[in-house]
Amino acid sequence: MTEPTFIACHECDLLQHLKSPPPGGSARCPRCGAVLHRSKRDSLNRTLALSLAGLTLFAVANAFPFLAFEMQGQVTQTRLFTGVRDLYDQGMWGLAALVLLTTIIVPAVQLTLMLYILVPLKVGRAPQHLAGVLRLLQNLTPWGMMEVFMLGILVSVVKLAGMATIVPGLALWAFGLLIFVLAAAAASLDPHLIWEKVRYAP
Amino acid sequence: MKPWPSSAARQSLISCPSCELLSKVPANLDDRVRMRCPRCGATLHARKPNSLARTWALVIAAFIFYIPANVLPIMTVTSLGKTQSDTIMSGVAYLLLHGMWPLALLIFFASVVVPLLKLVILVYLLISVQLRSRWRPRDRTRLYRITEAVGRWSMVDIYVVTILVALVHLGNLATIRAEAGAVFFGAVVVITIFAALTFDPRLIWDRLEQSHE
Ligand SMILES: [Zn+2]
Ligand SMILES: [Zn+2]
Repeated sequence: MTEPTFIACHECDLLQHLKSPPPGGSARCPRCGAVLHRSKRDSLNRTLALSLAGLTLFAVANAFPFLAFEMQGQVTQTRLFTGVRDLYDQGMWGLAALVLLTTIIVPAVQLTLMLYILVPLKVGRAPQHLAGVLRLLQNLTPWGMMEVFMLGILVSVVKLAGMATIVPGLALWAFGLLIFVLAAAAASLDPHLIWEKVRYAP
Repeated sequence: MKPWPSSAARQSLISCPSCELLSKVPANLDDRVRMRCPRCGATLHARKPNSLARTWALVIAAFIFYIPANVLPIMTVTSLGKTQSDTIMSGVAYLLLHGMWPLALLIFFASVVVPLLKLVILVYLLISVQLRSRWRPRDRTRLYRITEAVGRWSMVDIYVVTILVALVHLGNLATIRAEAGAVFFGAVVVITIFAALTFDPRLIWDRLEQSHE
């Protein structure tokens, strides 16, 4: 494609040429400063590798002990899911659903959808319903809050430090790593590249 | 100052919210027919539909929920027969009393300041758009970006309650229950995230272009 692509800024609607960003940088809207396009190197392979690593970490984060709480000889073992289950048992199903969604379901769906898109593209095929899947992936972004949950863990640990011993489990480390891996995967995914692969079809 | 070139809307173009493809609006478009992006099938709107009314409704709902979220207890600690209920502010006060002021500051900021700040900014943006303000559109767009980015951090108190409920599970020795305040607080966070999503920052710039004509 040699013809220049026109786009409208998503934050101020200014009509402009889509410029390719400098390596490692980003292209911004000259009027409002919104980021329009970030440079991504080797987007497909990188995102694919990060998503696979992410899925592995996600499995570890959910299958192994998360935090242990030790007070006067009594030990409570928890998993990532324990808090959700306990909230539900206390009749707080709304809160349980909110926590489940933002810390477990959204990251899981994000990783799965990325792989669903990228594995076929890697072998040179376009997956079915690509447009809808990519749109769902975009709409999920505000609802994944693993990094906020991590901050919640730090706060809880400090709060309880005076009265009990908190022992981090393997799952906690996996969860911490997953935050960075998922953020890196989302950052290396290049939607422009993928939209170009969507066939114009009725 | 030189007038800005042009918005897509003034050229009868609509940008797809998903894939950013520009589509021409047909001159004789029937209002009842929904336009779809020819590339990805997303529904096209020149601006987010009913952006101002919807954002107002969500902001007002969030303000209403913000009150019980702060007045009602978010959790109850039962320890050796004694029960103690904590609101968000009494939790902050507890941390201050025990010398954990960086943590107290963090919780105060994330749970009290951020939701309120977010709502105040949205109200300001809504009013400025309705009054057709031309003042500092770039800074107002920046304010909008802040409301989009910081809202999620308010969830930290909800997560702290969740983690404490899961960890402190020692029968008669100590148990922790989540309380209604946490539900309202969660609702405030969710509603303000939706409010930021329904506000259309392009409206800030539309007013500017209209006053050039
Ligand atoms: Zn712009
Ligand atoms: Zn589209």
